[in-house]
Amino acid sequence: MSFLDFSHITKTYPGVKALSDVSFGVDKGAVHGLMGENGAGKSTLIKILSGDQHADEGEISIDGKVQAYASTRDAFDNGVIVIHQELQLVPELTVAENLSLGRFPANAGIIAGRRMLDDVGAKLKSAGIDIDMRRKVKTLSIGERQMIEIAKAIMLDARVIALDEPTSSLSSRESEILFALIDRLRGEGKVIIYVSHRLDEVFRLCDSLTVLRDGKLAAHHASLKGVTRDQVVAEMVGREISDIWGFRPRKPGDIRLKVETLSGAKLKTPASFEARAGEIVGFFGLIGAGRSELMRLVYGADPRSGGTITVDGKLVRATDPRGTIRAGIVLCSEDRKHDGIIQGRSVEENINISSRRHHTRFGVLNRVNEIATAETFIKKLKVRTPSRKQDIINLSGGNQQKVILGRWLSEQGVRVLIVDEPTRGIDVGAKSEIYELLYQLAEDGMAIVVVSSELPEVMGICDRILVMCGGRVSAELTRDQFAERAILAAALPDQKTPDAIAS
Amino acid sequence: MTDQLKKLLLGEQGLVVIFVVAFALVSLLVPNFLTDRNMLGLLQSVVTVGIVACTMMFCLAARDFDLSVGSIVAFAGMVAVMASNATGSILLGLLAAIACGAFVGFINGVVIAKFRINALITTLATMQIVRGLALIASDGRAVGINSPDFYQLALSKLLGIPTPVWVLAILFCIFGFVLNRTVFGKNTLAIGGNPEASRLAGVNVDRTRIWIFALQGVVCGIAGILLASRITSGQPNAAVGLELSVISACVLGGVSLAGGRATMSGVIVGVLIMGIAENAMNLLNIPAFYQYIVRGVILLLAVLLDNLRSSALGRR
Repeated sequence: MSFLDFSHITKTYPGVKALSDVSFGVDKGAVHGLMGENGAGKSTLIKILSGDQHADEGEISIDGKVQAYASTRDAFDNGVIVIHQELQLVPELTVAENLSLGRFPANAGIIAGRRMLDDVGAKLKSAGIDIDMRRKVKTLSIGERQMIEIAKAIMLDARVIALDEPTSSLSSRESEILFALIDRLRGEGKVIIYVSHRLDEVFRLCDSLTVLRDGKLAAHHASLKGVTRDQVVAEMVGREISDIWGFRPRKPGDIRLKVETLSGAKLKTPASFEARAGEIVGFFGLIGAGRSELMRLVYGADPRSGGTITVDGKLVRATDPRGTIRAGIVLCSEDRKHDGIIQGRSVEENINISSRRHHTRFGVLNRVNEIATAETFIKKLKVRTPSRKQDIINLSGGNQQKVILGRWLSEQGVRVLIVDEPTRGIDVGAKSEIYELLYQLAEDGMAIVVVSSELPEVMGICDRILVMCGGRVSAELTRDQFAERAILAAALPDQKTPDAIAS
Repeated sequence: MTDQLKKLLLGEQGLVVIFVVAFALVSLLVPNFLTDRNMLGLLQSVVTVGIVACTMMFCLAARDFDLSVGSIVAFAGMVAVMASNATGSILLGLLAAIACGAFVGFINGVVIAKFRINALITTLATMQIVRGLALIASDGRAVGINSPDFYQLALSKLLGIPTPVWVLAILFCIFGFVLNRTVFGKNTLAIGGNPEASRLAGVNVDRTRIWIFALQGVVCGIAGILLASRITSGQPNAAVGLELSVISACVLGGVSLAGGRATMSGVIVGVLIMGIAENAMNLLNIPAFYQYIVRGVILLLAVLLDNLRSSALGRR
């Protein structure tokens, strides 16, 4: 029996079996990787571990004792701490206050400030975290905040620490600091559960690994010796994926989208580019290089202060999304949760929200058509959902992305499809499905613009890459000119070296 | 609680189930409740709240709020009476009342949607402005109706059922259809679910919001006319606190204040539950002071139940 033991965990949500009979164990002082596609059940398992959800069947035991938590607070008190992607810190409080929250050292209700600083300072020092504890959390970078979350776990003498996609918003330097901290925790005999999509990290950090697929245990490796990456990918998707890009040469046609000297409040330097029919154009750059800002201007999401946009030689006069959609330009935003999905509404409604106008009569919906459209795109895009009536919030990230794509593909006369970080937070299997879809659309004559921070992705799927840096287009390369170093060099401001890039 | 009972109460139709049970219980336990006379009286008593709840539902579903409805109802009633007295034409009076309601609603909508002022603040302001206008127009006194035909609006019956109840039923049907079967209704729900995503999906958010408030004004105009006819005068102090009853009824009917969730059937049930509670308490001679407490408790219980239902359905 291992220190932390999951045995026969089963959990059913309405319409979905999230986990079925999952059992595995993790030893003390081990970093255990937890991998799987979106919707494989990783988050559910972590939620059960943290006391946020309860297993229908099965149990978790630590050090031989069965754990039954009434709440996350209960789990906390038992030394089980989960650090989520969305961090749970109070921005207006200082680092020290955040770390003492809920257990302030106090005399008759008055906080003993000195004692608090001493306690927190000692803990931070022993963890090797070098952050001024008098700073307010809102002034910290995301990486620093993550450190504080982990420090919180250390303060509470956690026995089990689960990290859910901890590096998804960290730069590579910040990630390194995190990895060092994890190594230290391993040395202290903690159990670390490390949930990630990134194979590199898992192979670098983890001692053992569990792969989930469709809520079932797909593989358990007690040691990673002799395990290959391809093997793990195959275990995750249930089939071999030899080349996830699957690039196919295309023959771009005439110029579809022409953007000239476009500028706006957040993009001071006028930018110009064009995209041809049947071409996939990539935009690469660091976060904040102005790519998303440019795309939002093209789509009319933000007001433009100058420049012109033409589609198939016709000037686009519209300055709002309503108008640009009618001109044939659509955008899948980078921030799916904020700008993409309509929470609380069904998959069906999320698909039909725009294209329904082609089928209405005097503002009255055509129900038959809406149902048919929803069913068509759920099937065509392989959206994993129990039914078209499911609330979109209950779908995994990749499936939400597919629903948004469905929203635009059900539109008539889309000529330009802009996708901003189309595969962020999406697993390998769904990724290659989305790439394949983009290829098909390009082959049908659409002009496609892909914004991505993942260099292998833009190099893997695009015909042409434009690199942005500091709000301007700094380089343009055709497929035969693609070279990692050249693209990175163009993406980086002068003072940085390619190694400092966000991964 | 057995599983089946749980499923029934916490399912999508849980509120309707509770309503049916409550109705049956009240019918059995309260004497004189289930009589033709009392039923018609009950329906008539919920007409004002019910009519205004139709559009308040849209308002809440789009994450907005309207506190000015009570004032608009009183103001529209005043306008209807004064305009028909002045012109001698009831039709002109009614049109003037509806136009005034629509105008106030439109102003609400424009200020909220275009100038981006918080709906709570905007309608708090118009609530007071419009109440003030009603008081000024009548010098603070009730204005009697000259033409007896005006009374007939509330008194007349069709197939034994009073006209105002017919109007209520028709509005329920119309707005139920608008919510579920029209682009306007779906856009309203989408805006409540996620306003920015709706805008980026091509929904004309500003125009939809303005329309919601303008419609709310129109509906308040209709409610004002029927109320004035029933109380046989235009009263500047009519319908004080109406906004709270209406919002209570909507929330009771499962409309989410966070937007994005609303059903007409729920709102109808919400309105009726409020009406039945009041009616039963009147029949039992419970003093009005206690009725406030009961209404508050019902509202709290309903929201509690709604919370249970949301977590049972796995929503967040």
